[in-house]
Amino acid sequence: MNKRVVITGLGVVSPNGTNVSEFNRSIKNGVSGIRHIDNLKELNFSCQIAGKPLYKKDCLNNYFNSIQLRGLNASGLEYGVIAGIDAWKNAGLSLNDKEDDPIWDAGVIFGTGILGVDKFRDAIYKVDEGKVRRLGSTTVIQTMASGISAFLGGMIGCGNITTTNSSACSTGTEAILMAYERIISGKAEIILAGSTSDSGPYVWGGFDAMRILPHKYNENPTEASRPMSASASGFVPGSGAGALVVESLESAQNRGATIYAEILGGHINSGGQRNGGSMTAPNSKAVRHCIQQAIINANIHADDIDLINGHLTATTKDATEIMNWCEALNRRGKDFPFINSLKSLVGHCLAASGSIESVATVLQVYEDFVFGNINCEDLHPEIEVLVDPTRIPTKTVSKPINIAAKASFGFGDVNACIIFKKYS
Amino acid sequence: MTKEELLSKLKTIIEPYVQNEDGLANLSEETNFIEDLEINSANLVDVILDVEDEFNIEIDNDGMDKMLTVKASIEVIQDKLAAK
Repeated sequence: MNKRVVITGLGVVSPNGTNVSEFNRSIKNGVSGIRHIDNLKELNFSCQIAGKPLYKKDCLNNYFNSIQLRGLNASGLEYGVIAGIDAWKNAGLSLNDKEDDPIWDAGVIFGTGILGVDKFRDAIYKVDEGKVRRLGSTTVIQTMASGISAFLGGMIGCGNITTTNSSACSTGTEAILMAYERIISGKAEIILAGSTSDSGPYVWGGFDAMRILPHKYNENPTEASRPMSASASGFVPGSGAGALVVESLESAQNRGATIYAEILGGHINSGGQRNGGSMTAPNSKAVRHCIQQAIINANIHADDIDLINGHLTATTKDATEIMNWCEALNRRGKDFPFINSLKSLVGHCLAASGSIESVATVLQVYEDFVFGNINCEDLHPEIEVLVDPTRIPTKTVSKPINIAAKASFGFGDVNACIIFKKYS
Repeated sequence: MTKEELLSKLKTIIEPYVQNEDGLANLSEETNFIEDLEINSANLVDVILDVEDEFNIEIDNDGMDKMLTVKASIEVIQDKLAAK
């Protein structure tokens, strides 16, 4: 019989909560993390709002030593380390002593799109001024993409795979599935999986230039992110990190660990930028294929799904995504599962979205609720003909959630879908 | 600046990078940064940048190559201060 794989630890640094309990409260109470960001206005951004985690810098002393803190200017590294170490400790695991051997069965798969953008900016200025020697030793480790997995792996003392994956907005979901597959194949027992995304104008600017961000909500930021709404006008950029400890059931049971959910399976694919898919738009056929393969891989039936946590960014593509779910599951109207989008509360956290949203999905499975979709009172008419409005709650409701599907889709026409189940 | 003042400033600079606290407690002119203090070799460049900032000097590649012990570092710093 195949190994079973479970989630035993959670960590999150989100615009609406920088630890799991605060995040859990926020998603239940519809607390938005979207705020006006002053320097975006000064820099002439059309969209001057974003989702950015807020915390006191003092707390970094609990995660980084004094040398690591010197010259630290990589927001994604901060978010990822806080979320990752919190998840590890939440799982009841400890950081290995410096004198000990590495933990051969434990690894890190922690993705990002780009790391340490602000640090890289500092470096570019110094290099252009002819002061390359003033970069010191911190530029490389804070700007290499794998800086995040390297920091986490070193803090914990991991001796198994320690890598950073990157697949745009499906990065986080992909990381969890890569961890699942590594454990299923017997090559590891515990993987710290997750993803992180830097904040700031240099990350968000490119999206502003593409004119895919809302620009009419600068005065009322919490109303800006409107997935599935008739008045959705683009995604609000976000940032942060999510982390999950993915572990073999055997290892979790041996440790007596708390089990938040089981991963039944999933699928990762690409639309090849064919059939209407492109660098920036998904091939619908591939999206449906990804969902259906995830269901087959998880050995469940489409009717078993109680909750979908969608990608649903609040662009015109939301209705297409809903149509794809309807066709992939062959379920519509009142028969459609509950569905929600975390992006209504925190914006689109880019490379971090899949992991933060997976933390939210696992919490809903563990605690039996469906968090409300805020800003969705005016459901898009094309969605309303497909799905009964009762399946898209605007306020949090308590519902038994046995099986939940989480999907993420990214630039490059890449898709990932995970099936989570309540552990029993 | 006396040698004692210089040594005291140097000690403050290297302290955050030191991984062998006994080595720091027994700091002498003969102390080697990597062997006795277990400073990560990658951090030596950071020590030198901190020295530059503290003493408002610029240390060239030859000087950087020499700065592996307390004694050599003090000599390099004194040379640069004298040349100012």
